Amino acid sequence: MTHQFTKDDVFYYANFARIAFSDDEAEQYAAMLSELDKFAERFEEVDTTHVEPMTHPLHQVNILREDVPTEILDRGDMLASVKEHEDGMIKVPNILA
Amino acid sequence: MNFETIVGLEVHVELKTETKIFSPAPAHFGAEPNMNIHVTDLAYPGTLPTMNKRAIDFGMKASMALNCEIAPVMNFDRKHYFYPDNPKAFQISQDKRPVGSNGWIEIEVEGKKKKIRIERVHLEEDAGKLTHAEGGYSLVDLNRQGTPLIEIVTEADIRSPEEAYAFLEKLKAIIQYTGVSDVRMEEGSLRCDANISIRPFGQKEFGTKTELKNLNSFNFVRRGIANEVERQEKVLLSGGKIVQETRRYDEATGQTVLMRVKGSANDYRFINEPDLSEIHIDQEWMDRVRAEIPELPDARKARYVQELDLPEYDAHVLTLTKEMSDFFDATVKAGADAKLASNWLMGEVSAYLNAEQKELHETALTPEGLASMIKLISDGTISSKIAKKVFKELIENGGDAAEIVKAKGLVQISDEGTLRAVITEILDANEQSIEDYKNGKDRAVGFLVGQVMKATKGQANPPLVNKLLLEEINKR
Amino acid sequence: MTLFSKTATELQQLLHNREVSVKEITEDAFSRIADVEGNVQAFLTVTEQEAKAQADQLDNVPLEQRGPLFGLPIGIKDNIITKGTKTTCGSKMLEDFVPVYDATVVERVKNAGMVSLGKLNMDEFAMGSTTEHSAFQVTRNPWNLDYVPGGSSGGSAAAVASGEALFSLGTDTGGSVRQPAAFCGVVGMKPTYGRVSRYGLVAFASSLDQIGPLTRNVEDNAMLLSAIAGNDQHDFSSSSKEVSDYRKALTGDIKGLKVAVPKEFLGQGVDEAVKASVREALQVLESLGAVIEEVDLPHAKYGAPSYYVIACGEASSNLARFDGIRYGYRPEGVKNLEELYFRSRSEGFGPEVKKRILYGTYALSANQYEEVYVKAQKVRSLISQDFADLFQKYDVIVGPTSATTAYKLGETIFDPLTLYANDILTVPVNLAGVPAISVPCGASEGLPIGLQIIGDHFDEGLLYKVAHAFEQATDFKAGTPLVGEGQNR
Ligand SMILES: [Mg+2]
Ligand SMILES: [Zn+2]
Repeated sequence: MTHQFTKDDVFYYANFARIAFSDDEAEQYAAMLSELDKFAERFEEVDTTHVEPMTHPLHQVNILREDVPTEILDRGDMLASVKEHEDGMIKVPNILA
Repeated sequence: MNFETIVGLEVHVELKTETKIFSPAPAHFGAEPNMNIHVTDLAYPGTLPTMNKRAIDFGMKASMALNCEIAPVMNFDRKHYFYPDNPKAFQISQDKRPVGSNGWIEIEVEGKKKKIRIERVHLEEDAGKLTHAEGGYSLVDLNRQGTPLIEIVTEADIRSPEEAYAFLEKLKAIIQYTGVSDVRMEEGSLRCDANISIRPFGQKEFGTKTELKNLNSFNFVRRGIANEVERQEKVLLSGGKIVQETRRYDEATGQTVLMRVKGSANDYRFINEPDLSEIHIDQEWMDRVRAEIPELPDARKARYVQELDLPEYDAHVLTLTKEMSDFFDATVKAGADAKLASNWLMGEVSAYLNAEQKELHETALTPEGLASMIKLISDGTISSKIAKKVFKELIENGGDAAEIVKAKGLVQISDEGTLRAVITEILDANEQSIEDYKNGKDRAVGFLVGQVMKATKGQANPPLVNKLLLEEINKR
Repeated sequence: MTLFSKTATELQQLLHNREVSVKEITEDAFSRIADVEGNVQAFLTVTEQEAKAQADQLDNVPLEQRGPLFGLPIGIKDNIITKGTKTTCGSKMLEDFVPVYDATVVERVKNAGMVSLGKLNMDEFAMGSTTEHSAFQVTRNPWNLDYVPGGSSGGSAAAVASGEALFSLGTDTGGSVRQPAAFCGVVGMKPTYGRVSRYGLVAFASSLDQIGPLTRNVEDNAMLLSAIAGNDQHDFSSSSKEVSDYRKALTGDIKGLKVAVPKEFLGQGVDEAVKASVREALQVLESLGAVIEEVDLPHAKYGAPSYYVIACGEASSNLARFDGIRYGYRPEGVKNLEELYFRSRSEGFGPEVKKRILYGTYALSANQYEEVYVKAQKVRSLISQDFADLFQKYDVIVGPTSATTAYKLGETIFDPLTLYANDILTVPVNLAGVPAISVPCGASEGLPIGLQIIGDHFDEGLLYKVAHAFEQATDFKAGTPLVGEGQNR
């Protein structure tokens, strides 16, 4: 069940995560990930047939907010952390490669 | 070979809440860029989503109106993808437990009724807006980010472009009746994608489907599907294969154009949204929401046909929008004859709205005003010709028909003595027409009636003029 | 002055008697920082001017309007958002990020009249257990400068241990408050999940993260938790359960307390000195009237894989927002969007963060989701059930906080048994969402050892009571290493 990560695996998942690696790095990360995944070997011993997955440690229900506007971010404050902007909008480089 | 068209629709509808679905910033259309945002909408580090109760009510309401089952327990999930209009790089949506499922709506195409099944209705957040600037870069406005949406996904039950059109028209009417959205395609509060495939008649399995985007009106949906079906037929008939891809409809050429090929490149990596609680919907909650749903178009249609004796067609047209239907109901309630009210709304009123590009509430016309006019027509006080003048006044400046008629001296002349005097004068001046009539030229009567109407500035009661005119001619 | 070695209550008394001013306490803190920071390097940002200005204002507040934490200095871990003060998460990604709002805990600390000294070093995005994964500096263990302070809240633990700050806030996703507290000989509390608002905590793993206080004694710790805990309308996972004044729990009376000691906590891989120290601690508890029993925590050993899968999965999701567009690191000369994404994230994140994002992306991918991610969540259920079962019969669970004392700088732990033992000790607590506290219980070769006390959900009061009784009965409390003079104990 545990996975021996290859360089191509690293590139495959890194692409979803938008992280670039050189060939050498990819080799290194493949080794690191394989190492990390060894932990998961222990899973094999655990019988979880009738076990429900736990998605959250605190079971709260129906935490809701009334539909009333309360807070707005000042645009100037927002733009302070934006490196490039124009006409109050956030600039992004060419979307088509 | 003959092919069967298979279409499934995915419709996004923006909900009309005061605030965004996961932040307390205002959710309004048309503000200056990035003025209606909260730190949460910016995906600012450390921020957390909060759940808008009304968005859930609205999702339930729409689902109920679409005959869906409501999930007793639901949650939200993160759907991951990178794009500049998606600040968290995930959209909070509902994956496995949508608010509504297993619904349907009934459509009618060429007199045939058919149910289109709805697979699911799920709640999610809208993305921001990207504007492509000259110079190759783009600009992000996050005002729309976090606006609540419902996504309505149909089963692949639609078999023609016309059915798709009918479905959308009906869906729009139903959603609009519930009041949860403006459902305006022009403003983007209703958006539609179509999944289209074809298969030889008789074949069980579906063909490979393509997804059609950028459908900006119901007509473009109809044309886009028709064109895509045509394209797929050509491909298959020439021995080619349909590729799973996303295409867009080009309005200028009427053709569908390839956007991108769907590979295995999509992996949304759904996970439960850990920052929001589970939602449990009990009977009481459902009852409360259900009680807020008004009479829906099908029910109204049936009532118009059964109780008001309107033709099916009238009932259909009147119920297409809630505004029109509400207006009709109020007009009838104010004492107007139902069929006359229907005629006026479908005729003059609609023509006016079309010509002026207005909606009913943007005019001065009130149900009471329209009813007052129809009553004057019914009791013969004014002719339908005069009514048109009164109507123009009513829809532009409002008021009461009887007062307009009085003020403008538009009362119909139904006094026999007065009319006979006018008729005698007209007949005296038109000997030739009398001659023509007696020689079997019926048209001559029409001319003479016209002359009488002209002489009375249109105020003469036309049926009475007709009757008296014939009497007078025959006396000669 | 050596105000830094006093307790909060002692300082409050001095303030009350007008024997000292907030200004003097604040200045004392900064003079201590000036003395030892060169050695310790706990702070990423020091906000001396703001703190002194605030102190001046606070000195004008009438005595009757002052609470128990009024005028006392605190340091804040750098993954907690502070309005107007740089918040880096120890990452190049946020090197120059100055937030526009305050985290709820920061607001509460301010409302209590506390004086913030600055922001504390940490492993990048809280991923690590040595604070060596900070993009900016290496924080030293005040007890021995050749050793790590632990992590990821290493700066928070070191600042308190060295007397730079009386209080600090850390965050604990898999042990990141408790383990550095143990390594630095201070008290560290990981509250129940949902006890403290996470609004303004830069998320690592949303279903595991909690903010917790670090202090030099139990009473100070209880006071700080009372101030920051409680429901927050900005955090829908925060509990609306009422918060008690935890100080009231500090009665010293633990007679009849039922203590469970899982066999797994004192098994292979746990250092002999640590074991000995914990066993002595158990005897102290027994002498105070507690009843100790050995028990099983059968699924604890699966905590590590469950934790890595869930924490990395959630991290890959939470850290996706760092894309170079709205804030944070943005490389120069980018030609298109994809390049912006790849370069921002490749250049902005350090190796440990990249590794965990990759592993999380793998765990959540369509092919692995059921077999890896859902499996981890099922194992999490079992672990949580183990705790629930034990708390049916016992009041608290006790063991070491860490299998060893602090590691030497740059010395990665490769011994699989030690790694294995460490994973069993802290991570299951986060998976179950229960509270746990680490209190000093001894030392080995001059390096502190921590005793971990775990309670049932929302039993923080009881944890403080036990920790306090233990602290009062022993002499490990409030030691301050003499790092200023370059001496190590
Ligand atoms: Mg969709
Ligand atoms: Zn959608």
